[in-house]
Amino acid sequence: MTKEMPNQINIVYFAWVKERLGRDQEVIEFPELVENIGQLVEHLQNCDPAYRNVFTDLKKLRFALDQDFVGLDAALRDAEELAIFPPVTGG
Amino acid sequence: MIKVSVMESDFDAGAEIKNLSALGGGAVTSFVGQVRGDGALDALELEHYPAMTEKALRKIADEALEKWDLHGITIIHRVGRLRVGEQIVLACTCSDHRQASIEACSYIMDQLKTVAPFWKKEIKQDGSESWVEERQSDLDAAKGWEN
Repeated sequence: MTKEMPNQINIVYFAWVKERLGRDQEVIEFPELVENIGQLVEHLQNCDPAYRNVFTDLKKLRFALDQDFVGLDAALRDAEELAIFPPVTGG
Repeated sequence: MIKVSVMESDFDAGAEIKNLSALGGGAVTSFVGQVRGDGALDALELEHYPAMTEKALRKIADEALEKWDLHGITIIHRVGRLRVGEQIVLACTCSDHRQASIEACSYIMDQLKTVAPFWKKEIKQDGSESWVEERQSDLDAAKGWEN
């Protein structure tokens, strides 16, 4: 089993989230207590004020887990990629 | 037949319509969205989430196929820098009946605006840039198809 491996996930950013953070993706390691997206965002905010500045208003952010739209309460489980971005504006 | 495509280059709407028409059916509806030249706009920069975009477009098309009796659907969305007047998006549907093709085309456009991972940045003639914000009217339109 992979019990000793730290939990990690690839996070990708788009639009103004990417611009304000100054990067388009990164691999994040997180403690076992972090089980869903909301907790991961909180973990990032506690780790680095840069995230606090960008993730101030969660209502202005949308999330996709392994390329499916999900809410803040979505469990991370074995997901490989989390995307954080503003509401979409295509069409 | 479903065709979805995301690309930087322009598309030939006439050729796409002809391809869908060739499936038979007798009712073909198409919508072409272009960059609107208001507010001293110079261009739009269209960003997307490559790993997710095609999956999202295919899901929209699959949902339309479930809701209406269609012979075919074509969705093309451009990305990159698009100047005022350029084509951004094509939604085209083919059915035996007018109402199904028109409604399905309208549904696809409403979904494209709310569940496909694209983001528009406006670039003004003076060089200033700003990200387009979501519009409540788009959300309401997409919600209107529920039930």
